[in-house]
Amino acid sequence: MITLTNRAKPVNRKPMTFLESIYLWNIFKGMMITLRHFFKKKATIQYPEQKRPFSPVFRGVQILNRDEEGRERCTACGLCALACPAEAITMEAAERMPGEEDLYREEKYAAKYEINMLRCIFCGFCEEACPKDAIYLTETFAPAAYNRKNFIYNKQDLLIPDPKTQPEEFAKARGLRENQKAKKEPFK
Amino acid sequence: MINLLTIDWILLLEKLILIAIIVSVSLVVAMYETYAERKIAAFMQDRRGPNRAGPFGILQPLADGVKLFFKEEIIPNSSNKVLFVLGPSLAMLTAMLTCAVVPWGGDINLFGRTISLQIADVNIGILYVFAVVSLGIYGVMIGGWSSNNKYSLLAALRGASQVISYELAMGISLIALLMMTGSLSLKTIVEQQMASHWNVLYQPLAFLIFFVCALAECNRTPFDLSEAESELNMGYHQEYSSMKLGFYLFAEYVNMFISSAVMATLFFGGYDIPFFNEAAHADWGNWLGLLGVACFMIKIAIFIFVFIWIRWTVPRFRYDQLMNLGWKKLIPLALANMLITGGVILWLHK
Repeated sequence: MITLTNRAKPVNRKPMTFLESIYLWNIFKGMMITLRHFFKKKATIQYPEQKRPFSPVFRGVQILNRDEEGRERCTACGLCALACPAEAITMEAAERMPGEEDLYREEKYAAKYEINMLRCIFCGFCEEACPKDAIYLTETFAPAAYNRKNFIYNKQDLLIPDPKTQPEEFAKARGLRENQKAKKEPFK
Repeated sequence: MINLLTIDWILLLEKLILIAIIVSVSLVVAMYETYAERKIAAFMQDRRGPNRAGPFGILQPLADGVKLFFKEEIIPNSSNKVLFVLGPSLAMLTAMLTCAVVPWGGDINLFGRTISLQIADVNIGILYVFAVVSLGIYGVMIGGWSSNNKYSLLAALRGASQVISYELAMGISLIALLMMTGSLSLKTIVEQQMASHWNVLYQPLAFLIFFVCALAECNRTPFDLSEAESELNMGYHQEYSSMKLGFYLFAEYVNMFISSAVMATLFFGGYDIPFFNEAAHADWGNWLGLLGVACFMIKIAIFIFVFIWIRWTVPRFRYDQLMNLGWKKLIPLALANMLITGGVILWLHK
């Protein structure tokens, strides 16, 4: 018979001999295989203690960024909301008052900024649309919540901790990927 | 009328304490068999197994037990209530009964009394084991029938026919052994092995057949047809919940422990310490007895490991394969073994 590949093996349909039909030798061979696996290195990753590194294109929960002096970058231009295919983002703009220069980077800022995480599809278009580098997707998973209301993330949930007053939390929230990027080209 | 003063009350007390110890030891061993099962299964599948409850997960059996106790108890409306409760109780009872005749160790001296570490040295010990083990299938049968569920009933029927088929081969393989020992008492069999060699050296085929049949009697893979998850939807204990289910599962592990003990007794010298002359060290006293018990436990542990090892290697037999193996392969082999043994014994004694 001509086969498509030379790997094809004909099925052995010979009736079993008496020794084969009491299965002992074959079972013994199988037991040796399982015994070998017994001493193999385990593939398990102990999840909460150990974590696997994410791929460089992983898209997790959004974060609202601050600049190096701890000021919010967002100017409430609305481009992210416009880009959002799931229409998950809403915001309200407000004008920066005198004396708030250390809080907001530009004259206009987002007084209210909400992302509905039940609608969000983690496409990352908001990050692409943002001209101010104010929103990006981190390596954090969307955490679970007990009711639907808690899935609408407001500005408090989204805003990154201040790098000046809470440098550790800031580094943690920024994520491994961004930290490595920042190490290569500090404060672009 | 029995004169109450003639009863040896201290002997009664001694036996009661021994029973309590043996029953609790077999329950604890059964508990940790479930842990070993999960751990070994995991290791053979390149996983880690339970490791969260306590160090290395050793509290996992306790957590499982507590979970089973707190589960809701459901007795189906269409079931036969009395038999439904009787099923798991009988399974557990027969599992525990067998340990009465197993010699767990030699004699030890306490408070000036010689205490035998065997609850009852019956002169038909091995027949008793057989009788009680075959009663064990009633637990499965009653549970499967009283659930009033077709899958449970099918599973129970399968279990019963399987036990009947394999008990035959088991009995015949044992006859060859008994022809050699000339005694049915488990204690005598162990003492004979201590004096000469282990029976497995003289009767390897009988041991092999006995081992395969023991797997079938314990409803272990590859003979777990009566609780085939994939075909019969859990089998005879499908309708059971809470601790009644726990009893069925637990009885299986107790059975495994006891059948390992019986195999170690019959073929591997029981509490005999390998490569060691006990008679020459009789001055060690109680330590020698305890060492023997430890040896026995190690032998049992090795058997339990092999049971679990087989379970996580071999897939389940199809029903016709099971019957073919039992009736057409094991019984002829056992018969041939019996005839050859008988012939050799006759020839040697001529």
